[in-house]
Amino acid sequence: MLSSSAAAAPAKRRAPARVLPGFNITLGYTLMYLSLIVLIPLSALVFKTFTLTWDQFWTAVTGPRVMASYRLTFGASLIAALVNVVFGLLVAWVLVRYQFFGKKVVDALVDLPFALPTAVAGISLTALLAGNGWVGQYLEPLGIQLAFNPNGVVIALIFIGLPFVVRTVQPVLEDAEKELEEAATCLGATRWQTFSKVIFPSIAPALLTGFAMAFARGVGEYGSVIFIAGNMPMISEITPLIIIGKLEQYDYAGATAVATVMLVASFILLLIINGLQAWQRRHSGAPV
Amino acid sequence: MSSQMIRRAEAGTTEAAWVRYTLIGITLIFLFLFLVLPLAAVFAEALRKGFDAYWEALKEPDAWSAIRLTFITALIAVPLNLVFGIAAAWCIAKYEFKGKSVLTTLVDLPFSVSPVVAGLVYVLMFGAQGWFGPWLQEHDIKIIFAVPGIVLATVFVTFPFIARELIPLMQAQGNEEEQAAIVLGATGWQTFWYVTLPNIKWGLIYGVILCNARAMGEFGAVSVVSGHIRGQTNTMPLHVEILYNEYQSVAAFAVASLLALLALVTLVIKSVAEWRHEREMKAIGDLSPENVKAAPLDLSLKAAS
Repeated sequence: MLSSSAAAAPAKRRAPARVLPGFNITLGYTLMYLSLIVLIPLSALVFKTFTLTWDQFWTAVTGPRVMASYRLTFGASLIAALVNVVFGLLVAWVLVRYQFFGKKVVDALVDLPFALPTAVAGISLTALLAGNGWVGQYLEPLGIQLAFNPNGVVIALIFIGLPFVVRTVQPVLEDAEKELEEAATCLGATRWQTFSKVIFPSIAPALLTGFAMAFARGVGEYGSVIFIAGNMPMISEITPLIIIGKLEQYDYAGATAVATVMLVASFILLLIINGLQAWQRRHSGAPV
Repeated sequence: MSSQMIRRAEAGTTEAAWVRYTLIGITLIFLFLFLVLPLAAVFAEALRKGFDAYWEALKEPDAWSAIRLTFITALIAVPLNLVFGIAAAWCIAKYEFKGKSVLTTLVDLPFSVSPVVAGLVYVLMFGAQGWFGPWLQEHDIKIIFAVPGIVLATVFVTFPFIARELIPLMQAQGNEEEQAAIVLGATGWQTFWYVTLPNIKWGLIYGVILCNARAMGEFGAVSVVSGHIRGQTNTMPLHVEILYNEYQSVAAFAVASLLALLALVTLVIKSVAEWRHEREMKAIGDLSPENVKAAPLDLSLKAAS
């Protein structure tokens, strides 16, 4: 820091010459590719929405079936993300702190939901939980139905979201300094006090980031959900499926309007996640 | 510190044995129910009617064309995103410029957009009613309900994977090695090839295989743009859906089992890449300043091999 500011001092207000080549070409290419693949297509959605009148837009995005789908999509994502916070923290904790047989395999397996195509996860979970499935056959006599209703949506979203929480909490737990815990113990704290007052505050930002990521992924998820949900209007129809339904009826205006609502929601979630990550970096003292 | 105090401090950083075993037990049961069972069910359902039925389902021409289309799609989408990923990581990680954080956020955007919305935006651009629809029809070019649309949707959905993997890695490694190479007279390309690439190799491999897994398995976005024409615009996940909806359960799970195998291979390669990366990081970590005097011989051996 010192030497670089000293070197820059004579050439006042001029940016230091860049030693590494390739800035212009890589930035140019990045911007071009980003515009072509992401920004221009997404702006097509926004422009199409502006061709609707306000009434058209409002009726499309607040119809009773659409409102029911928002409740299901956001509600199920919220429940699934909360479940994942609890079990994700547990899995991360066990993987970082304890030794047991087969730990490396378990660690690798946590990424399965990232790697397994969503449609495969969908039909497989459905086969397990249907009345004649491996798991469903024991639940049906008890009157518990986990497939073809909103419960199924939650189950699928728990599967999809699990690695997000584990993989954001795990590195923070690994970096946590043991000295702090030792100090807490020597000062007379019980193990639970040490966890809730020393460890938990240090992983809370990561946990919240993982929660937001799992939630965001759940809101947009389509492939794994449609097989297990049963897709009954007003009951177990998710918002992405509403968009597909409108498209299949050539209701492009309606599909676009609902998609815009989804896009705005995902943009807000992305900004929240970015904010959380910045907070997490400040929290851990790393440079932002 | 007395030995008693040290023991107490050590005991203070872990839990009683029964707590440990309970937590490990709950974790393993949870992961068994949510990860192992679904994976096992795919193979069990596929082989439900024996190996012959399984083989018959895979030999079907429609299944074959779905497999072929899936590979073609990944073969186009992954290299495109690889070049982008390296370019984006280079300019974001190696330089400071205005709007960098905005750019980083925009690179992440496809992660949070629903796949269905991703498919829809391409329909709005290239569909019959879309911006370029009339022009494309005039020139007899088909994008939506055809292979180019499938590739585009896949590129969108897998857009950030490699860049996301490389940016933090290259940021952590800093610019010193590259600057040294440039000062010593290397060209930019040589610097990238001989200095940067060996450092990011494992992260790059990890990014590429994750990108590939998602490209081959993408369902929502591709489903919107494909039109589901059997034997022509069906990828493997779409073929699974059609078979499943036609109650051809064994055939559906047979094709799904190929995708599950792909997922397992992805996880294995990922784990190996991670372990190798950790080992190399540790080897570098051992070269702390006080050990450096003994290091040159070691380094030259590595460079030679």
